[in-house]
Amino acid sequence: MNEELLRIDRLTTSFRIADDYYAAVDEVTLSVGTNEIVAIVGESGSGKSALAYSIMGLHTRARIEGSIYYKGQDIASLPLSKLNKLRGKEIGMIFQDPQSALNPLMTVGDQIEEVLLLHRPELARKERRRRVIELLTKVGIPRPEHATGLFPHELSGGMRQRVVIAIAVANEPKLLIADEPTTALDVTIQLQILDLIRKLKNESGAGIILITHDLGVVAEMADRVAVMYAGQIVEIADIYTLLAGARHPYTRSLLQSIPAAGEAQSRLHVIQGIVPSLQHLPREGCRFRSRIPWIDESAHEAEPKLHEVAPGHFVRCTCHSDFHFPVHKEDDRHHAIS
Amino acid sequence: MPFLEVNDLLVHYPVRGGIFNRKQRVVKAVDGVHLAIEQGQTYGLVGESGSGKTTTGRAIIGLSPITSGSVLFQGRDIARSGTRMPPAVRRDIQMIFQDPYSSLNPKKRVLDIVAEPLRNFEKLSAQEEKRRVRQLLEQVGLSAESIYKYPHEFSGGQRQRIGIARAIALKPKLIIADEPVSALDVSVQAQVLNFMKDIQKELQLTYLLISHDLGIIKHMCNFIGIMYKGRYVEQGTTADIFENPQHIYTKRLLSAIPDLDPSKREKLAKLRGAVNAEYEQFHGSYFDDEGLAHPLKAITKTHSAALP
Repeated sequence: MNEELLRIDRLTTSFRIADDYYAAVDEVTLSVGTNEIVAIVGESGSGKSALAYSIMGLHTRARIEGSIYYKGQDIASLPLSKLNKLRGKEIGMIFQDPQSALNPLMTVGDQIEEVLLLHRPELARKERRRRVIELLTKVGIPRPEHATGLFPHELSGGMRQRVVIAIAVANEPKLLIADEPTTALDVTIQLQILDLIRKLKNESGAGIILITHDLGVVAEMADRVAVMYAGQIVEIADIYTLLAGARHPYTRSLLQSIPAAGEAQSRLHVIQGIVPSLQHLPREGCRFRSRIPWIDESAHEAEPKLHEVAPGHFVRCTCHSDFHFPVHKEDDRHHAIS
Repeated sequence: MPFLEVNDLLVHYPVRGGIFNRKQRVVKAVDGVHLAIEQGQTYGLVGESGSGKTTTGRAIIGLSPITSGSVLFQGRDIARSGTRMPPAVRRDIQMIFQDPYSSLNPKKRVLDIVAEPLRNFEKLSAQEEKRRVRQLLEQVGLSAESIYKYPHEFSGGQRQRIGIARAIALKPKLIIADEPVSALDVSVQAQVLNFMKDIQKELQLTYLLISHDLGIIKHMCNFIGIMYKGRYVEQGTTADIFENPQHIYTKRLLSAIPDLDPSKREKLAKLRGAVNAEYEQFHGSYFDDEGLAHPLKAITKTHSAALP
């Protein structure tokens, strides 16, 4: 059994719009063990990135309730000075867009050196230089000595993402948060970056939170998966269960809507309606209710909770037990609301 | 005679520099593309960033200058350099753009956006124009009251459908769709793809679909061309490409597609290892000294690849 590294307990992150606070992450409870990849899947507006940023303490104006225990210590309430000792060292983050995550005015070598300088001031300059080369080699950048002197614009997208990863793992973090690490990349490069992340995990035994909208990436990488919809986790299971035996209507709909490369041509499933915006989110009852209007209202719980349907497999609300896809498909474009 | 035929298309950009602003070298964005599409089909153009797939699409519709080569639309050369595309052809070829957030003018109402092609080509009364726009919006699944709204009032999928309404306003015959769903979430993506298939049937459309996503290409296309650094490496029917890939680049591209079955992880890792080893080993013979693909060689009637 892997040891628990991170435990998020009823975390709620709210943003202020006009004069009210609206929860983008709503009572999320989740744990991550060492040597484990937990994927958080959802579409835009599901709150998955807001969750990652909350763990890293990167929201400056949000209201955060609940707790985030890292190795037993609540880091949600930690003062900035203490949090800064953790992030970049114990907890590393790989950002989505390597273009904007890197400083365009600093050489690659200096940017990696900066994180070493901040967290391990005891290292001598020569040591640091050596470590930078070591990291660049580790993430697979050819001619690392030469690469240290390059600026981000001189590198391709894939190479830049490798630099971002080198920075994230520079201080051998125990927990790595990867926010859509391959979204901006081509498939062959994506594969290389995913291999790299997997290799780093196997070497260091770090826990990884992988945030993505791509179920293919999830199937390739994750040990466990949490599916988010409208700020809540609607289903958690290990990867095999989730892909073969998903229960929640949202998870099932998502899986049906992918044009999988392995399947014959047919119509794709379309989820009716649109994701409600933060202010207009129905906070009462099942949040997915309006998107499956053919399911009887009585199938939903008044206050949907996560139910453990099998060991380690949690599903929100009771509507999954009666769920079926609409029998005869009407022309789905006439369902659009505008 | 194919519906659309592209012969030996070159799009080269000079790179100027130095004190006299002289031509120093040439970027060969598209370097000898041949393709033929039959009416009513969907032709997929695949490649990674920098492969020249978008430039090819833009050159066909006249948005990128052609260095040499010909584009025959229904047998008529529409891209002779120095001449403008005949208006009748312009109506028949339309484009759906990648990003629904930047391809709609934020200051214009939906009415003005969708009516723009109508205003360019048809003289309609205001009344008649509104009626047509309402009809088009209904066709793409948006309510007729949307005509007075602005783009920011719509979600990504709805915006993409406004873009499609604009593209089909003149009842075109060929639509060039450049990554039409890559900016959208999967469930919305499904909606747009289904819809593109529906109107294809309704309006007898021919598509040139440009995408980097092989899942979408397989789902949508009858015929596929794979590009690398401005040249074709392989083309064939969907079955040719997916079941019997010949070029090492195609094989590598296909093996990199994430698989939805986690129990195949180890098998896939082995397969990818083997494909990569083959790629490294034979790179020199499959590509010339500049790292570019060789000319295509026919394998079967439909299938050809840039084999050494």
